[in-house]
Amino acid sequence: MNEIFANPVLAKALPEAIVETLQMVGISAFFTVLIGLPLGVFLHVTAPGGLRPMPVTNRVMSDVIVNITRSIPFAILMVALIPLARLLTGTSLGPVAASVSLSIGTIPFFARLVETCLRDVHIGKIDAAQVMGSTTMQVINKVMLRESLPALVAATTTTVVTLVGYSAMAGLVGGGGLGKLAYNYGFQRFDVTVMIVTIVLIIVLVQIIQLVGEWIARSLDHR
Amino acid sequence: MITVTDLRKVYRQGKKEVVALDGVTLSVPKGSIHGIIGHSGAGKSTLVRCLTLLDRPTSGSVSIDGTELSSVRDSEIRTARRRIGMVFQHANLMDSRTAAGNVAHPLELVKTPKDQTQAKVAGLLKLVGLEGFENAYPSQLSGGQRQRVGIARALASDPDVLLCDEPTSALDPATTNEILDLIQDLTTRLQLTVLIITHEMNVVKRVCDSVSLLFKGRIIEHGALQDVAGNLESKLARALLPLPPSEPLQGTLEDGPVLEILFAGDSAKEPVITGVARHFDIDLNVLAGSVETLGGQQFGHLRVQLAGNADSGAVLDYLHDRGISAKFAASEAAIESETQLQHQATGEKK
Repeated sequence: MNEIFANPVLAKALPEAIVETLQMVGISAFFTVLIGLPLGVFLHVTAPGGLRPMPVTNRVMSDVIVNITRSIPFAILMVALIPLARLLTGTSLGPVAASVSLSIGTIPFFARLVETCLRDVHIGKIDAAQVMGSTTMQVINKVMLRESLPALVAATTTTVVTLVGYSAMAGLVGGGGLGKLAYNYGFQRFDVTVMIVTIVLIIVLVQIIQLVGEWIARSLDHR
Repeated sequence: MITVTDLRKVYRQGKKEVVALDGVTLSVPKGSIHGIIGHSGAGKSTLVRCLTLLDRPTSGSVSIDGTELSSVRDSEIRTARRRIGMVFQHANLMDSRTAAGNVAHPLELVKTPKDQTQAKVAGLLKLVGLEGFENAYPSQLSGGQRQRVGIARALASDPDVLLCDEPTSALDPATTNEILDLIQDLTTRLQLTVLIITHEMNVVKRVCDSVSLLFKGRIIEHGALQDVAGNLESKLARALLPLPPSEPLQGTLEDGPVLEILFAGDSAKEPVITGVARHFDIDLNVLAGSVETLGGQQFGHLRVQLAGNADSGAVLDYLHDRGISAKFAASEAAIESETQLQHQATGEKK
């Protein structure tokens, strides 16, 4: 224990690293849901046989954007997006800049999860809503999203956990955070204490996210 | 009053055209219940989808109290739909809403004021016998209770027509009867026009005033329940008053002719069988029979075998004179092959 508190790196750099990681995960989770949720809804609704089928647009969105971005390994995508991050945030360093590529990397992933959640809403419920005289937006808001809310929360949890992993990678190319700490001190300086502490912290972080997500999903589920 | 005129629906499957509805015409007066019965693949689901405008019919019309539904513009389709309340096989309730929330759903869509919604929801839940279940979620309700919520929800928009798609097919027999009685009660109380689509003859027997038989996208028989049940030639009568298969009895009557006899209404009360035995001084055996009350009238369907020496022509005349329909029974083999033909016909369609 003493070793941990006595470690100068941990005492000095750890608090900052934790804040940076939380910043990266928080900002990119926010934008991932903000953009990924409507994108997922759009993909589902415009699919053949959907509420508002738009076959060509759907094909293009689905294949070009979602599948291509998802097939590029995140490590490469991240480096490739550095110019875009600089354009949007004015810098290529720090958690805010890293959030740009993190968001872009996870939006398609989250959109696919949303699509799957919506597909699981029983078609009979949508028929019922339509027969009642719902508009398309009313079907989306009052039936699709509301009925799949527990699943959407679970999907968000999975995405945030994935973001924690990605954020460690982003740390290596200038994002900072726990990933950078572990790499710089734990790996390159053979500081085992730093390595272990960061690993434990990341595990604890993931565990908290998972528990909170599951708790919210359960409290929303009335099935 | 709902009127359907020459409704056709043709689906395209690649280059092939599939005719799902081939000129369906029917009309149901206010305050009465009409049953549409048919095997799977007969076009029942397509008919439901066309009536609710989930699918546009290829041609033909659907109108409610003289208002044409099938030709309304897309923007008016939602208003038109609110004139039809729909009850589904599996209720299709929203799991995230309580019973009250589900009933309030159609009212929310047209931004009904809160206090008005609350009063209406409470009234509807009471009407279907679910007082005190306002805050229960569908998962906490039984199948029958869920269907009651579904019925209350269907009535929330004050529809003229209640369309029930296999409303009891997922329920046990006792619950089925409860739900059917509720539908019947609501029909008279609210002066609804009710269409029940089903494959269960029991549903037709219990609540329907009139019935149509849908076969391969066409209505091949229809009429008031008493009329179709009283006609020995009708397929519906055979289904309404089914006879178990029977072998001619061994013994003295072995070679005697077999007759099928159908009593309807008052003639069902007369002692016809003993009448025949006395009048012609012959023996006869009842091979199979079924007696039921349909729409308040008694019906009897019998298969009897006469003694070998009997003048069966004279017996038929005697029965016809008394207003009883009777005919030579088709042999078991013929009945068998007829049903097999039907199976093949439905098999091909799938």
